[in-house]
Amino acid sequence: MISFILIILMSLIFTGIVIRTKSITSGRKGPGIFQPLKDLARLFKKGSVYSQTTSFIFQLAPSVYLASILMAVLVIPLGQYKGILSFEGDFVFFAYVLGAGKFFSILSAMDTGSSFEGMGASREALFSMFAEPAFFLLMGSFALLTGYTSFQQIFHSLHFGSSVSYVLMVLATYVLVMIALIENSRMPIDDPKTHLELTMVHEVMVLDNSGFDLGMILYGTPLKLAMYGGLIANLFMGDFPLVLTIPIFLGLQIAFAVTVGIIESFMARFRMNHNAQYILTLSSVSLLILLGVLLILGQFN
Amino acid sequence: MLFIGIAIVFIPLVSVERKGIVALATVIGIAMVSSIPAIASLTGNPFEYVLQGSQITGRIPVRIDALSGWFILVLNFTFITGAWYGLQYMKAYRQQREMLSLHAISYILVFAGLIAISALQHSMAFLIAWEIMALSSFFLIIFERHRAEVIKAGINYLIQSHVCIILLTLGFIWVAMNENSYDFNAIAQFTEKRPSSVGLALFLCLFSGFAIKAGFVPFHTWLPYAHPAAPAHVSGVMSGVIIKIGIYGILRMLLLVRTDFLVLGYILLFLSVLTGIYGVMLAIIQHNLKKLLAYHSIENIGIIGMAIGLGCIGIGKGNPGLVALGFSGALLHTLNHSLFKSLLFYSAGHVYQATHTMDIEKLGGLVKKMPHTTLLFLVASLAICGLPPFNGFVSEFLIYTGMFRALPGSDFALLSLLVLGFFGLALIGGLAMFCFTKAVGTVFLGSPRHPFAHDPGEAGWAKLMPMYVIVVLLLGIGLFPGVFVSLLSKPVELYSFISSGNGLPGIFPAVETLSGIGWGAAIFLVLAGLIFWLRTRWVMNRVQTYDQTWACGYEGHTGKMQYTASSFVRAYRKLVEPVLSIHKKKKEITGIFPVTAGQETHPGDKIEEWFIDLPVKGLKKFFNRFIFLQNGNLQFYILYGVVFITLVLVLPLVIEYFSALIQFLNSI
Repeated sequence: MISFILIILMSLIFTGIVIRTKSITSGRKGPGIFQPLKDLARLFKKGSVYSQTTSFIFQLAPSVYLASILMAVLVIPLGQYKGILSFEGDFVFFAYVLGAGKFFSILSAMDTGSSFEGMGASREALFSMFAEPAFFLLMGSFALLTGYTSFQQIFHSLHFGSSVSYVLMVLATYVLVMIALIENSRMPIDDPKTHLELTMVHEVMVLDNSGFDLGMILYGTPLKLAMYGGLIANLFMGDFPLVLTIPIFLGLQIAFAVTVGIIESFMARFRMNHNAQYILTLSSVSLLILLGVLLILGQFN
Repeated sequence: MLFIGIAIVFIPLVSVERKGIVALATVIGIAMVSSIPAIASLTGNPFEYVLQGSQITGRIPVRIDALSGWFILVLNFTFITGAWYGLQYMKAYRQQREMLSLHAISYILVFAGLIAISALQHSMAFLIAWEIMALSSFFLIIFERHRAEVIKAGINYLIQSHVCIILLTLGFIWVAMNENSYDFNAIAQFTEKRPSSVGLALFLCLFSGFAIKAGFVPFHTWLPYAHPAAPAHVSGVMSGVIIKIGIYGILRMLLLVRTDFLVLGYILLFLSVLTGIYGVMLAIIQHNLKKLLAYHSIENIGIIGMAIGLGCIGIGKGNPGLVALGFSGALLHTLNHSLFKSLLFYSAGHVYQATHTMDIEKLGGLVKKMPHTTLLFLVASLAICGLPPFNGFVSEFLIYTGMFRALPGSDFALLSLLVLGFFGLALIGGLAMFCFTKAVGTVFLGSPRHPFAHDPGEAGWAKLMPMYVIVVLLLGIGLFPGVFVSLLSKPVELYSFISSGNGLPGIFPAVETLSGIGWGAAIFLVLAGLIFWLRTRWVMNRVQTYDQTWACGYEGHTGKMQYTASSFVRAYRKLVEPVLSIHKKKKEITGIFPVTAGQETHPGDKIEEWFIDLPVKGLKKFFNRFIFLQNGNLQFYILYGVVFITLVLVLPLVIEYFSALIQFLNSI
């Protein structure tokens, strides 16, 4: 429950922090932290334009997309405190429910019959397909390490024992950050600020959405980022009491947002046709984590 | 039996309109009769009856235990919806009276054969039922016999299904020779007395037979031909349940063969991961909608096989929880796949009857003409991708949980297989999503890509009804998984023979967990509905305009500008080109005034090229050396006859003479 509220709160200012970081690093004055929220409020008030080609799927998809992210947020714990939904293997549910949302957003892009949106849909489908195994390998290694298969139990019993486990934490954080950036089509994979449709991934999929629907889709991005931020924060909590976990949570979320901002200020986007291979390397990093876990468990002796 | 006989005699006699109804009534009748012992067996009262049999066969035991019961129920449901749907589907072919009779009779025979296969526990009777099933499904496939590719696909199927029968016969003869009994229990006796390698060899022999039926890689090559050739309800039934009888065979043999289950589990798991990934990888690049679905059947067989492999590892390790998760995952996925795959094929049948093509590149924008079909296809696609809140998720979830539970305390070999397993399953999930967004997106969404002679229209309610019945079940399993998995407790208990019969404690926590995903699915559904409702209420009061799709300000938008299925998968195709065999024809734009340009891709099947085409080519080459014998001269043919007769007459004499000579020499 607490984690749900915290993630929702964090999602309200997440993109604000990213944008603020970017404006500071580039020496601009920039908008305030609440500017994205104001933009959303404006979108919610607007009317909509629909393409004549579209069908009921186009109308339905943004709602399902947002619902899927909210569902995924429900299973995120806060250290030793369970999420609203918690059961054995809940991370499988987490990954697949996000998949359901993505399925609909891809379909809604195909529904417009636009060549640009089809292109974006194809890329999104391909990239997320390669990101999924990395996530499962990561969670599988944790399941092996802790002997549990639910988010809360895994994070609760992760402990910093040997020096190897610190390395593991760093690698796991790296993998989760990268998955978060891929899933949200952020910087090294996709540039959300590009103005050329041919080089977009996520933005080009929502070219035809407008008004309330666009607002929901746009809100999905900070919500998803805050959700992954929450997941990353959980890596560092163990069984701390609530007094400690909430500051850790907020601090790490803000650090994550600043990191995203810094990445977006100083990195160039990868070449589009090399993205797939790049994403696949995440799986090999996850494999490294698995090997590290085996090292801790003494499988190599 | 009598009942079936009457129906079969009756069908050619009744008028065209009534043939389907008689067939449907017969199917429902058989289903009702067979469901009684099946349900009884699932509640813990296995049915056993011994037929007297003849002198050759001996006594024929008919046993319906929980495993048979489960498969009979799955068969019954899909065959009823198939007959119901087929009744409507076949209305388009009313002028072909004789073919319709043959079709209806074959349908009933396949059904009866399948029920018999699941109930008979006598190898000779089993093989006879198997042969009835194989032959009558051949007739089902070749309904549109005037098309050359249909006959080709049918013959391909016929040959491969007989290779399957040969392998099964070999296995059964091996047992019968040693035990002098055709009863299936003889297999258990046979393997118990011998070292585990014999059991393994026997299992692998039978497994290859069943794997041809089920479509495991590399025995899958008949499947992508047969499914597109058959009428939609036959493809649905075939992919939904007929290939599952191979899975039944494998599961049945696992109950009988006593061997080292750990090794067996390793082999099954590895082969299944391969099957799953290979199936879906090829599915993505298909241009024919039904062929795409056929490759997905291979993928799903892979998933079921992974679950079975997991269960075997559980038996080998003596881990009852893993046994429960593995086998319940396999059995539930069998049911699930039969549901969503038949739904997919039925919807594809609508598309085919509306447009008369299955070429994905030519279809598009059908959602406006066929909203119900689109919805049904969409639901089935979500289910087959294993996405909540539908049923596919439940069985995949069981398999994932099984793999993660097996992780702690496993040795290195098992560990690497398990990692391969969930890596594979995650990849399969992602690839399936890629494939079905392509299928739904290009076939149903966007705008039309190709003009059709007749305006495509929605199928009638009579056709849609059986499909909505399936949807109810898809959603039901997704929302109340606990109910269905607890139904599986009896069949799964059969596999606890290793853990000395102290029940299966592992399945009960699984049921508890399942209520978690049931709740999750329900909340997801409610939440999405709620957001959509709020949004609709909110948007109602705002300005809504309809305009062209945004094309960077370009106004002359045509359907040709859309992303096609090939372009959707282009990036993927580039990545997998080294692994798969994709034949490409390309005509580049040249010169100052380019005339035409084009690109074609023809997805091939590398395994088929290596394992089927190459040996066949070799054989052909070998036999071509003897082509001089067939020179067309009648005189020569008569000469061959004379030579043959002379040889037959003279050879024994020569041999006798020689042996006498040798004896004579020896005596000196």
